[in-house]
Amino acid sequence: MRSFFPVLTVIAAIFVIWYVAAAIMNMPWERDQAERAKAEFVYSTALANTMSQERPVLPAPHQVAQEIWKTTVEKKISSKRSLVYHGWITLSATLLGFLFGTVLGMLLAVGIVYNRAMDMSVMPWVIASQTIPILAIAPMIIVVLNAVGVSGLLPKALISTYLSFFPIVVGMVKGLRSPDALQSDLMRTYNASGAQSFWKLRLPASMPYLFASMKVAVAASLVGAIVGELPTGAVAGLGARLLAGSYYGQTIQIWSALIAAAALAAALVAIVGLAGKLVERRMGVNR
Amino acid sequence: MRMLRGLAMNWFMIIGAIVFWLAAWALNVWLAKRYPHSRAVRLFVPVLFGVTLLVLWEGIARGADIPTVLLPPPSMIWEKLINSLPILQADFMQTFVQSALAGYAMGCGAAFVVALLIDRSPFLQRGLVPVGNFMAALPIIGIAPIMVMWFGFDWHSKAAVVVVMCFFPMLVNTVEGLKASDAMQRDLMRTYAGSYWQNLRKLRLPAAMPFIFNGLKICSTLALIGAIVAEFFGTPTVGMGFRISTEVGRMNIDMVWAEIAMAALAGSTFYGLVSLIERFVTFWHPSMRRT
Repeated sequence: MRSFFPVLTVIAAIFVIWYVAAAIMNMPWERDQAERAKAEFVYSTALANTMSQERPVLPAPHQVAQEIWKTTVEKKISSKRSLVYHGWITLSATLLGFLFGTVLGMLLAVGIVYNRAMDMSVMPWVIASQTIPILAIAPMIIVVLNAVGVSGLLPKALISTYLSFFPIVVGMVKGLRSPDALQSDLMRTYNASGAQSFWKLRLPASMPYLFASMKVAVAASLVGAIVGELPTGAVAGLGARLLAGSYYGQTIQIWSALIAAAALAAALVAIVGLAGKLVERRMGVNR
Repeated sequence: MRMLRGLAMNWFMIIGAIVFWLAAWALNVWLAKRYPHSRAVRLFVPVLFGVTLLVLWEGIARGADIPTVLLPPPSMIWEKLINSLPILQADFMQTFVQSALAGYAMGCGAAFVVALLIDRSPFLQRGLVPVGNFMAALPIIGIAPIMVMWFGFDWHSKAAVVVVMCFFPMLVNTVEGLKASDAMQRDLMRTYAGSYWQNLRKLRLPAAMPFIFNGLKICSTLALIGAIVAEFFGTPTVGMGFRISTEVGRMNIDMVWAEIAMAALAGSTFYGLVSLIERFVTFWHPSMRRT
């Protein structure tokens, strides 16, 4: 709560800068219009007009808000112009990829922690795998999978998986190794089996690390789904919305898709954070 | 008869690859058990794993006759890479040197300066850090079409995307790092009557270095990705992203893989370079100790 007013101030400052920038960046077009119409250039009316251009260089915040309202509430959800429809397509790919990535990451992490050969051979390649700019290969993966006959949700989800498994592996390995010697010794004095010390000590101890990584992973997963939609020929999804907007110069549409994506990311991260708090309380992790 | 021999050849390749895989796996397990602390083994095990992956890929791609449009074998990609070095070099200059490096330098530099500025005001810190954290989680890559509209098709728009992508992770890390020195150390500086700048130069910046390098490393991978993806929204006819998207359209998958190999190489080298510099600058940090 202490940072409530500072954050509010910063956000207000961002809006002020946004409006000023919109006025400055849209002004040349107004000047140009006035010159062409041989009309007198009146600064105050031009300034008012910069806030409501059809295709502004930088749309003002209220224009974006109007567009979002129009495309979410006023359109039917099944309509191709509804942002909810596109958002849902992106969201479903994100969630599927995130699920795959989390499961894969957790399995790999358990393998790495319990198998020394795997630790030595797989871990460096898990790290190296992330230097391949997967987002750059996204178009190829989509096209190639399309050629094999896999299309729709799955290719996008695979890209999300690839992006999201990495933070999970790294965080989970760290978490599974986090119990200190004292705690492991205690388990030994209880004569606990390997499975017991995994379920009762290591897994609960890894939860804070896991959820911290899951927050990163879900955001990465959303980016993967959005980029995965770019090369499909702009059919559906937030990424397709961005691409279509850039083809036709519909800046307001781009910005509204961008804000929708941001809101989606924020909501997903918040949900994962909340789930993390609940699980940690249930598992008895005290902070 | 010839067909039969071809078939036998294919099976030979697949089985050979799988046998190689199993043998390498067994060797790795044995090495990891036998010499768990040797440095040479530590290097050798992952290398063998990588070679195994390549052999398995080659054997299955050739043996199972997977169409090269889908998955070309590594040898074919290597050949393509060697044969089209001039094109690759031009793409590299455009995307990596001009867009990614320029954007990286500007984004990280700007974030560093802003972090130093807001460090002096606790109010701004409390306000900007949550916002920065939030922004770092957003799909910033989406601003690429806007930047292309504002700055044109050439590398300037890509560099702009990279600047924005690098800015927030770097800002958050630097601000975090500037808080890293502990109270005892700051008190010591006070007893020495150190000025703000002396404090900054001799204590707080060195203490912040591990955090700053963390930010620099995160941004080094983001920069290349940002530069490549931004090219999907319109480029001049050169650049890694441009090449990837057009060659995919023409189904020249081997060229795409060659480009990817180079992107991976450039990305790893860049990351490695930043890590190397980190090693020299933060040699005192516990994570740099040899185990």
